[in-house]
Amino acid sequence: MSVRPKAHTTGPKPPFWRDRAKRALIFQALLIVAVAVFLLIIIGNTQANLSARGITTGFGFLTNTAGFGIVQSLVDYSSQSSYGRTFVVGLLNTLVVSALGVLAATVIGFTVGIARLSPNWLIARLASGYIEIFRNIPLLLQIFFWYFAVLRAMPSARDSYSLGEVVFLNVRGLYLPEPLFESGFGLIPLAFGIAVAASIVLILWNRRRHIDTGQRLPVGWISLGLIVGLPLLVLLITGVPVTWDVPELKGFNFRGGVTVIPEFLALWLALSIYTAAFIAEIVRSGIQAIPQGQTEAAQALSLPQKYVLRLVVLPQALRVIIPPLTSQYLNLIKNSSLATAIGYPDLVSVFAGTTLNQTGQAIEVIAMTMAVYLTISLLVSMFMNWFNARVALVER
Amino acid sequence: MNEQATKAGNEAAMVEMRGVNKWYGDFHVLRDIDLEVKRGERIVICGPSGSGKSTLIRCINHLEEHQAGEIVVGGVPLTQDVKRIEQVRRSVGMVFQHFNLFPHLTVLENCCLSPIWVKKKSRREAEAQAMRYLERVQIAEQAHKYPGQLSGGQQQRVAIARSLCMHPEVMLFDEPTSALDPEMIKEVLDVMIELAHEGMTMLCVTHEMGFAKTVADRVIFMDQGQIIEENAPETFFNHPQSERTQLFLSQILHR
Amino acid sequence: MTNQHKMIAARPAPSSTVGPWAWLRTNLFSGPVNTLFTLAGLYLLYLLLAPTIQWAFINADWVGTSRDDCSREGACWVFIGARFTQFIYGLYPRGEIWRVDITFVTFAVLIAWLAIPRLPLKRWVAMGTLMVFPVFAYIMLYGGYFGLPVVETHRWGGLMLTLVLAVVGMTGALPIGILLALGRRSQMPIVKSFCVVFIEFWRGVPLITVLFMASVMLPLFMPTGVSVDRLVRAFIGITLFQSAYMAEVIRGGLQAIPRGQEEAAAALGMSYWKRMGLIVLPQALKMMIPGIVNTFISLFKDTTLVMIIGLFDLLGIVQAALSDSRWLGFALEGYVFAAFVFWLFCFSMSRYSQYLERKLHTGHKR
Repeated sequence: MSVRPKAHTTGPKPPFWRDRAKRALIFQALLIVAVAVFLLIIIGNTQANLSARGITTGFGFLTNTAGFGIVQSLVDYSSQSSYGRTFVVGLLNTLVVSALGVLAATVIGFTVGIARLSPNWLIARLASGYIEIFRNIPLLLQIFFWYFAVLRAMPSARDSYSLGEVVFLNVRGLYLPEPLFESGFGLIPLAFGIAVAASIVLILWNRRRHIDTGQRLPVGWISLGLIVGLPLLVLLITGVPVTWDVPELKGFNFRGGVTVIPEFLALWLALSIYTAAFIAEIVRSGIQAIPQGQTEAAQALSLPQKYVLRLVVLPQALRVIIPPLTSQYLNLIKNSSLATAIGYPDLVSVFAGTTLNQTGQAIEVIAMTMAVYLTISLLVSMFMNWFNARVALVER
Repeated sequence: MNEQATKAGNEAAMVEMRGVNKWYGDFHVLRDIDLEVKRGERIVICGPSGSGKSTLIRCINHLEEHQAGEIVVGGVPLTQDVKRIEQVRRSVGMVFQHFNLFPHLTVLENCCLSPIWVKKKSRREAEAQAMRYLERVQIAEQAHKYPGQLSGGQQQRVAIARSLCMHPEVMLFDEPTSALDPEMIKEVLDVMIELAHEGMTMLCVTHEMGFAKTVADRVIFMDQGQIIEENAPETFFNHPQSERTQLFLSQILHR
Repeated sequence: MTNQHKMIAARPAPSSTVGPWAWLRTNLFSGPVNTLFTLAGLYLLYLLLAPTIQWAFINADWVGTSRDDCSREGACWVFIGARFTQFIYGLYPRGEIWRVDITFVTFAVLIAWLAIPRLPLKRWVAMGTLMVFPVFAYIMLYGGYFGLPVVETHRWGGLMLTLVLAVVGMTGALPIGILLALGRRSQMPIVKSFCVVFIEFWRGVPLITVLFMASVMLPLFMPTGVSVDRLVRAFIGITLFQSAYMAEVIRGGLQAIPRGQEEAAAALGMSYWKRMGLIVLPQALKMMIPGIVNTFISLFKDTTLVMIIGLFDLLGIVQAALSDSRWLGFALEGYVFAAFVFWLFCFSMSRYSQYLERKLHTGHKR
């Protein structure tokens, strides 16, 4: 509606029902009234229905005892903990699977996306096949496939698949050895921190030197060597102060070590593989969005291929890739709510599922759950707006 | 660069193309091209669209690959060898029809990019040199702007300066003014004319016949992938030999 | 340097650069690294395809009536065959299945008419699809009129339910989405903020929470004693959710129409609704169709979530069938079948959407 003329101050005033500005005000006032009436009706009905069922409102239920167990919890939790605690446990489980999912999806997605652009016809077709298959099958179906068809078909504990007798995979989950850190171990993170700091200093120094003299050292490789090598060296010198709690078969089950429940594995695998297909498409179209002329101009300036990519193509491609990429990350976080279908104890499953069923406080529970996701969405949106504003190409 | 070849006198050609043929799939786009460009020569190549003129000059810096024949630039033969290709590209500059400036870098950064990363110059040196060239093309005051903020004519002048910062021995121009609004064509042509007067070896694909008449040593007419006619400007424009050339000239000179 | 030129005829390209050998050389074996990749790729393909083909085709059992007809070596497609009607129609009474068939054949014909480029009278067909067909479909599927017996919604299931959910969700979301998109562009601050909040809310929450909300909270919102059909609850949730995404697609389409169109229409004296309805929206809708198809594909995949609130779409019914004691252990076959059906629909639609985008691009070159 860009064509509204400015209000005239001369001439006879039109009657108010034809006056543009007044009509706008009346319309909006009516809208507010309509929405208010609608809300009042709903609230009235809700209160009637709740009292008819004997359900109280309010958030007091959060302090009541939960009375149920949760299979995976990052913080201390028992069936004596409160409902409020179940919210925290669920939220942490959602964040864990989302974070690991984002990581895996990014690695797989970028690899497949770049492979899609490979000059090797076979690799490009394989990548294309991956994208077309996993994009077009519903995520819930993929989760079911991994959970019911693959992980449920794993052998029992006695016949587990094992990797070197320290890692075990069976129908109850993935068993990994748990590192137990002894007293001398504190030096290793310290060494890591020193290596990271040294790398940063090195990179900054190299940049300065490059500006002043044009000479560069291969800081990428040196930093990598430092960050991997220094902690390793300290580890060896201190005589490897780590023991491993290796999972051992006792009776019908494994004891010790770290257990990764099959629900987590299935959800994480499905989320990563599904989202990676979308990320691959985003990466591919981002790189292809850069006009051929950019590469040609860089080549005509005799830049070697590695610099063409690093200095000309990638900076421009990332500007195009990052906004839809963050959208996909957001989708992954929202999709993690499908955990309910296989019983992974995420926020929706634990809080909007079990807790809601037990307390009947539907409004409060669902409102809290939605508020969490809305907050995450809002934060991601704000980041994206900030990012877009910061890297936007400067134009007239 | 092959110093001996150039020292042996300006007799040695700067660019030599012998029996060059190129196919796009089954389409024979360059047919038996023989061309010799001496140091300091200014060549203008014209012809109808699809005649292969852009392809020809893009073969010189290996943006297009030829399947048969030889191309030698400054004594360096152009093969699949990556080192040779980069060597040739260091001595050949190219200006594109659509400028192809890097939009995420300022004008100054555009010009300094290759000297810093290929010739390993320090930033200070590269910037000082870039400012000199930007002044030559009369755009120094825009040094800290981004390409998106400049007009077409300004962008093309920056593109010329960017190529000059590598001190090329040959400059290739691929229809440099075809994408410009009419009032900006002159500012770019003026820069090219000045470049020519300073003795730069140039191969220019263009429709600007006025430029050819002013500056060219030779005008080449191409059609259907082959060189139809090659002459000094007076002869070319006033006494064209081939019927095809006459037809082409009558079409464009009546614009 | 004068020369009379003799034209050079075109020659075929050297055999080392064209033909199948050259293609193999450039695309697959152009260097040591590339050759390695090709070999690795071929090996990967072998690892993936050989057991799959073995399982799905060579050792599979196709005919029979019970699980005894299945040897355990390959896929037991007998399972799919035995339950096929259920997978497609859910619990719809066998005698009334013809009603479902007619409804969906009609729908397919209408969509094909709209999709195939050269057929005429598209505007009438579109209006018919949006206005007449829903009534027709309701009468056919639910019944209660013209002597057709009623088939309660809890008997609807399988692929039929998936399609009903997706199509109804879409047709409901379209008008709401248009209003939201127009409202978001409005100059009136209240209208604009309302629309922005509405859109961002539904886009910020997962569909599961929306379905939970619809299934659990909707009964609370209704006057006491009024119960809402479970399927209707799912419809409401899906429609509201989808309308927010549709609003964004429509907004994109409206932004693609140059301001000049609106201004010209205003200069001709058209009111706001006439401007939108006659000039802007018809043009914008054409540009939006790929976006709408993409949103539909997402919706089609999202309908699988209704099984969490107790409805039996295609995936839900396959999952339920897997717990039948007569057919235990055929999870793989069930999922492969469902995956194939979904993949077929989604892949075809996405191909069509890409074809449309290419067509629109070339048609709108400026």
